[in-house]
Amino acid sequence: MMTLFKRFSAALIFMVGVSQANAIVDGHEYQFNEGSRTENESRAELFQQLAEELRCPKCQNQNLADSNAMIAGDLRRELYSQVKQGKSEQDIIDFMVDRYGEFVLYRPAMNEKTMVLWYGPVALLVLALAIFAAVVFKRRRADKQVSESVESTTSEDVEIETISAEEEQRIAQLLQKVDTPSDKAEGKES
Amino acid sequence: MKRWTLFIPFIIFVALGFFLWRGLYLNPKDVPSALVDKPFPDFNLPTLVAGESKTKADLLGKPHLLNVWGTWCISCKVEHPFLVELAQQGVSIIGINYKDENDAARKWLVDLGNPYGFSVDDEDGTLSMDLGVTGAPETFFVDAEGMIRYKHQGPITQANWAKLKPIWESLAAQPTTGEQQ
Repeated sequence: MMTLFKRFSAALIFMVGVSQANAIVDGHEYQFNEGSRTENESRAELFQQLAEELRCPKCQNQNLADSNAMIAGDLRRELYSQVKQGKSEQDIIDFMVDRYGEFVLYRPAMNEKTMVLWYGPVALLVLALAIFAAVVFKRRRADKQVSESVESTTSEDVEIETISAEEEQRIAQLLQKVDTPSDKAEGKES
Repeated sequence: MKRWTLFIPFIIFVALGFFLWRGLYLNPKDVPSALVDKPFPDFNLPTLVAGESKTKADLLGKPHLLNVWGTWCISCKVEHPFLVELAQQGVSIIGINYKDENDAARKWLVDLGNPYGFSVDDEDGTLSMDLGVTGAPETFFVDAEGMIRYKHQGPITQANWAKLKPIWESLAAQPTTGEQQ
């Protein structure tokens, strides 16, 4: 009789053990054993996820899982019972937002108000890359022009002492241009 | 490159500095209530003293302050004498006794005076959760039609009542519905 009972209870424990899933949040074990094994596992996962993603409304930089505030404890309990009832993630998030505002979401919903929050960093990154690319492109082009002109002088590889008649004429012209205005200026002064 | 473009980093710095400077003076605890301009949630709770059951219908017809309090809350004790004073001035205050021990709460009302028309006993915090209460004291300004018009977090004092009084008076000045007794 005793052994039969033992076997029965062992079988019971085994059955429960099979379908039950646990979530461990803040050192407490939360059991999920209402539905099938897969249901329980996904519920335990959802509970864990939401406890970490929902912000405690009282203690501002902690999530529900971490906070010891009274309200966080209440909300953990509420969250647990709602998840156990099989409510969806969206249902639970709506419940929290209706009461405590979007403030409680560490992962805010995507809407017109939070657009900047979601896309702002990406937009800034794109802008920064565009500026970076523009600067690099400009520098490259400038460098290329310089190196081309350097190349052309070196490739000719002429003796610099030898100046053609044409060049000599041009030098004379240039020097004259420089001289004449100063001469005029001097002339005026005197 | 045009000369003014050299100032772009400086302009960005000034703009950023402005926002950071503003941020220093914002109160992070100042979270907008999700319930302002929403109807007061339905409830059915016993009163603390007489034990009669009260529902949202008991609030309709005239404006009230709904004050969330508890004997465990120190700021409530600070606030209490001023609530008594307000009640004497004719402000209708309804209490929500939030997760409290009933005996201690009744004793509190006897010892310190009872400013509340009635206090409902929200032992499990269900109504308070529907109200998005994060701690006590919190005070909801509810108009004659049962709409929440304002929420004040923290104690109501002589000093901040100067700001709150116009809100209360605007509720009281509203044309009341036929449900008024």
